[in-house]
Amino acid sequence: MNLNVIGEFGGAFLIFIGSIMSVISAIGIIRFPDVYTRAHAATKTAALAALLTLVGTLIYFVFHDSFFSVRLLLAIVFLFITAPVSGHLILRSAYRSKVKMTETTVEDELKPVLFPDEVIPDEVNKTP
Amino acid sequence: MPAQFLLNLCIAVLWVFLADEEHISASVFVTGFLVGIVVVFIMHRYRFFGEKFYILRVYAAIKLILLYIYELIVSGIIVMKHILSPKGELNPGIFKYKTNLKSDWEVSLLAMLLTFSPGSVVMEIDPETNEFYVHAMDIKKYKENLLQFLVKFEKAITEVTR
Repeated sequence: MNLNVIGEFGGAFLIFIGSIMSVISAIGIIRFPDVYTRAHAATKTAALAALLTLVGTLIYFVFHDSFFSVRLLLAIVFLFITAPVSGHLILRSAYRSKVKMTETTVEDELKPVLFPDEVIPDEVNKTP
Repeated sequence: MPAQFLLNLCIAVLWVFLADEEHISASVFVTGFLVGIVVVFIMHRYRFFGEKFYILRVYAAIKLILLYIYELIVSGIIVMKHILSPKGELNPGIFKYKTNLKSDWEVSLLAMLLTFSPGSVVMEIDPETNEFYVHAMDIKKYKENLLQFLVKFEKAITEVTR
């Protein structure tokens, strides 16, 4: 077993882990109770899965063709920059269009700031 | 910082020309760049620029990127645990955090880092007072942790930008 085969195997293994992670994050998007918790699964786990897949591809091509793909590196960088922004925007627009949170939500310090008219006086006392 | 880097680049280009080889090669450029680092460091020792030596800042930036990757992996594993655990009892909530960071770059870097950290997504940022509204996946479990993390993140970011 020479070095190239080990490298190819490592890359393929990373791609495998990444695909399993994206399946898990898809399950999470279905299982979590509301938009806000779903966004956790959609931003973190999905970003990590895509990242692992891309790194695996990079390593595979380095060992298989001895070709270092700069485009893959750029894809990783832009994924890193855009994943949190998209999650933030989805949550922000969801909150502003008044999507309900789950029943088990404990505290909400944003409501008095964004929608001061709808806060029931009891809730103001509860959230300092 | 830009002045130091540009000077370093100029020295590297000059080094390539002075080497006067038949083909311009990357190794000569890298050598020139290393020589440039030494020259800039000597100038920095005599307080020529009046600011931080820029290699320190590059080092801090590399540490910040490694911190991003580490946080992403840890939070990915935590979220996966939540997804796969059979009892999905979560107590999400939104809490407020006021940062000491000032400029737009610092605030957006902190927001990105916070979105990658375990159990939290930034929901709103007040542009005037720099208050973050963070959605935590399980507020009892993560709030204390997150407040500790935030101090660490702020320190890592200010090392790069100031």
